[in-house]
Amino acid sequence: MPAPIRLRELIRTIRTARTQAEEREMIQKECAAIRSSFREEDNTYRCRNVAKLLYMHMLGYPAHFGQLECLKLIASQKFTDKRIGYLGAMLLLDERQDVHLLMTNCIKNDLNHSTQYVQGLSLCTLGCMGSSEMCRDLAGEVEKLLKTSNSYLRKKAALCAVHVIRKVPELMEMFLPATKNLLSEKNHGVLHTSVVLLTEMCERSPDMLSHFRKLVPQLVRILKNLIMSGYSPEHDVSGISDPFLQVRILRLLRILGKGDDDSSEAMNDILAQVATNTETSKNVGNAILYETVLTIMDIKSESGLRVLAINILGRFLLNNDKNIRYVALTSLLKTVQTDHNAVQRHRSTIVDCLKDLDVSIKRRAMELSFALVNGNNIRGMMKELLYFLDSCDPDFKADCASGIFLAAEKYAPSKRWHIDTVMRVLTTAGSYVRDDSVPNLIQLITNSVEMHAYTVQRLYKALLDDISQQPLVQVASWCIGEYGDLLVSGQCEEEEPIQVSEDEVLDVLEGLLVSNLSTPVTRAYSLTAIMKLSTRFSSVNRIKKVVSIYGSSIDVELQQRAVEYNALFKKYDHMRPALLERMPIMEKTATNGPTDIAQTNGETDSTILDTKHLPSITHPASQANDLLDLLGGNDVVPVIQTTVPTKPASAGGELLDLLGDLSLTGGPTPTPAPSVPMSQPPFLLDGLSSQPIFNDIAAGIPPMTAYNKNGLKIEFTFERSNPSPNIAVITIHATNSTEADMTEFVFQAAVPKTFQLQLLSPSSNVVPALNQGSVTQVIRVLNPQKQQLRMRIKLTYTHKGSPVQDLAEVNNFPPQSWQ
Amino acid sequence: MIKAILIFNNHGKPRLIRFYQYFAEDMQQQIIRETFHLVSKRDDNVCNFLEGGSLIGGSDYKLIYRHYATLYFVFCVDSSESELGILDLIQNMLLFTTVCNFVMQVFVETLDKCFENVCELDLIFHMDKVHYILQEVVMGGMVLETNMNEIVAQVELQNRMEKSEGGLSAAPARAVSAVKNMNLPEIPRNINIGDINIKVPSLSPF
Repeated sequence: MPAPIRLRELIRTIRTARTQAEEREMIQKECAAIRSSFREEDNTYRCRNVAKLLYMHMLGYPAHFGQLECLKLIASQKFTDKRIGYLGAMLLLDERQDVHLLMTNCIKNDLNHSTQYVQGLSLCTLGCMGSSEMCRDLAGEVEKLLKTSNSYLRKKAALCAVHVIRKVPELMEMFLPATKNLLSEKNHGVLHTSVVLLTEMCERSPDMLSHFRKLVPQLVRILKNLIMSGYSPEHDVSGISDPFLQVRILRLLRILGKGDDDSSEAMNDILAQVATNTETSKNVGNAILYETVLTIMDIKSESGLRVLAINILGRFLLNNDKNIRYVALTSLLKTVQTDHNAVQRHRSTIVDCLKDLDVSIKRRAMELSFALVNGNNIRGMMKELLYFLDSCDPDFKADCASGIFLAAEKYAPSKRWHIDTVMRVLTTAGSYVRDDSVPNLIQLITNSVEMHAYTVQRLYKALLDDISQQPLVQVASWCIGEYGDLLVSGQCEEEEPIQVSEDEVLDVLEGLLVSNLSTPVTRAYSLTAIMKLSTRFSSVNRIKKVVSIYGSSIDVELQQRAVEYNALFKKYDHMRPALLERMPIMEKTATNGPTDIAQTNGETDSTILDTKHLPSITHPASQANDLLDLLGGNDVVPVIQTTVPTKPASAGGELLDLLGDLSLTGGPTPTPAPSVPMSQPPFLLDGLSSQPIFNDIAAGIPPMTAYNKNGLKIEFTFERSNPSPNIAVITIHATNSTEADMTEFVFQAAVPKTFQLQLLSPSSNVVPALNQGSVTQVIRVLNPQKQQLRMRIKLTYTHKGSPVQDLAEVNNFPPQSWQ
Repeated sequence: MIKAILIFNNHGKPRLIRFYQYFAEDMQQQIIRETFHLVSKRDDNVCNFLEGGSLIGGSDYKLIYRHYATLYFVFCVDSSESELGILDLIQNMLLFTTVCNFVMQVFVETLDKCFENVCELDLIFHMDKVHYILQEVVMGGMVLETNMNEIVAQVELQNRMEKSEGGLSAAPARAVSAVKNMNLPEIPRNINIGDINIKVPSLSPF
């Protein structure tokens, strides 16, 4: 068999191919040759074949059959073989295939090889495609290499460590000792990769972050040397000494200084130096400056430094490079909240960016402009923004309009200005504004009484010019309906009054009703306006006619209005003037967001009751938590009962009865495992427990005394409800043998998780003195597994004015009660 | 992090592909095609970065490219090495443009030094060498070394090592193959190279 052709030969042959098909044919022929050579286990030419395969792979032909050959090459003793083998492994293999695990051992051997280049190759491969299994196995070797003095290996080991940490974050600790001396290295490659490694560790773990804070002075020194050192041909890029390293260090400083006063303090000076000393004629310098600015903004830096940073961004705004301008706007937007005044200084430049051709820059500039509006500059800024609104793309109009509304509402210097501005927006971008702007403007107009005449006149004029902007038309219709008399009488003081007759006004409004441009809502506005004018104008007959025409309109909404208005003319004419009176001044409510008026449906009563009783419910809930704690562990389901005997609210009386009945009839049936049984207010069940619910007292279960202390005695009597023998019904009887009443008596109980427990309301919360009465309360325990019953009880009451609290465990339940 | 480095010519023929994130083979080819499509229609005077194509991850990725003579050098990078937000991502564009331009510059200048004025043919016929150089510049998607002299020196040393091996162990085998090749008249050029190989064992083994 002849020797396989060389790689160069193959490439030359392939390049002679004139068509894709020809090329494919050549490749297939060569692939067949390579496969057979692989089969023959030809060691001499394996590297050549794999190299050819990689070339084909680049051209997009399948090369997976070379994967195993790569592994064989890696295992070879020759550097040539290893080199191409590792390259092939990186290009052809990935961690999704188990084949890659076969390399682990080879890589391990090579990491300990005597030649640095072999070690370098294996590090590079591990750092490129090492899976988490591989990383776990080889992390020790990487860590060892991270401590060598050989800078060629050290830098590779650092990046490899980054890869290991990304794959298996818990291995991070392992590299901690090795990081100690990394920054004292002279070699820039090692420094660079070390900073990458430190950054990765700091980003991943807060512990590392606080640990590495002590490195700040060292980093500052390195950065200082970079700036101060003269020209060094090795690291120079466009006149700047190793910008990569500078950028990397600045980023690490940013992470270290964030939220830490001492570190921030330590880096203030150097940041100022970088910010002032960096040459910005080239892109490189701008990148460093930009990183510096971000670092200054992120750490707790001095205010002077922040101003400097913002000024740098301001300079970026003037840069010819679009990317830099864009980046500057974005960063200014981020800082405008914290450093408002500093950003304010660049207002004119920012406003100029509104005229930029690039849409992304425009949008950023618009957002930033709105952020900069305040009471002092509102007039000027609004002029610019209104101009922008006029000329910008439709995409911007909605956002710009609502921005203007917000700003105007916040900072309007006068009502007239405010109304003018909003009207300006409606005329220029009417169809893009949000729906709520119409009611907002109407409210604004109503509230400025002295402006009514002026506004209605302006709106009338606007209507004459253009009836296509629906929101404007709606506002105008509303105003004309409301203040039509002012319009006709020509009382405007602010500007030259116009002379209009009643008929002219009605002509315009009727024009709206028939116009194709009008939406149904606009028509409705206009019809209502006409109706309102019937009390303000003398030409009632004309209005009657219009209204009656629309009584048969095809639009249901319009028709309904017209019919109602018609009725108003006919049947209730005496009420009409009162009904159509001018609207009262609207109260300023929350204009944005939902109104929080309570819903006035039938549920109102119960919500009010709920809130009334809320305190009595929340209180025992916290107690229940206590009880839970006391019971130790979470295998208990607490059940709480309050004895607060709420007086039935008068409104809830019937409801109470209703629920009472419900409970009575439903009593003996098994309750469906209520985990939070007292979701209803307790008073709903109040008054039940005094009545005997379970009459069928199972004979033979003796009563027991569960608690007897300090004169308080609690007895349990048992019943088994017949339909469901799993349920034990326990009635507690609390009696008091002391001479003083026990008030605010609360009985709580908890059972292990295998049980479920329900407490019904007690008969009272006062245990009368001298055994003159008792408090009874029913507990129902669901015991599906028929286990021995255990219970913990908690008692709280006030005796002779002092609160008493006690806990007890009840274990001596008679077997009949649970078997 | 750098996700991929692609070099292709004005016609979209790949000259070097290196992915630092797994993509299936056919996917890699599609990405190359898409990237070429995106890059080739741009004027030379517009900025040299743009949003990545849909295949490599859409707008989370940036393509940063340079056009040297007949070749496009494209770096595909993600936002950053960590989970920074979209906003930072946009901000990082500037830095990435610069960094990748540095790297590209270093890479291209290194290629220039290694091949004495690199041209497309050099890349084609020294695919392996180009990969080895790249390996010394970028590792696992991260920038490893930016000092050009250092890179050139290390690559040179490794090449020399390869040559010496080729001279020591592969020479006899090559001699045999050269003799074999001599009997094949249809490839006369091989004879010459084979001859040289015997005499000058330091030539490349491929």
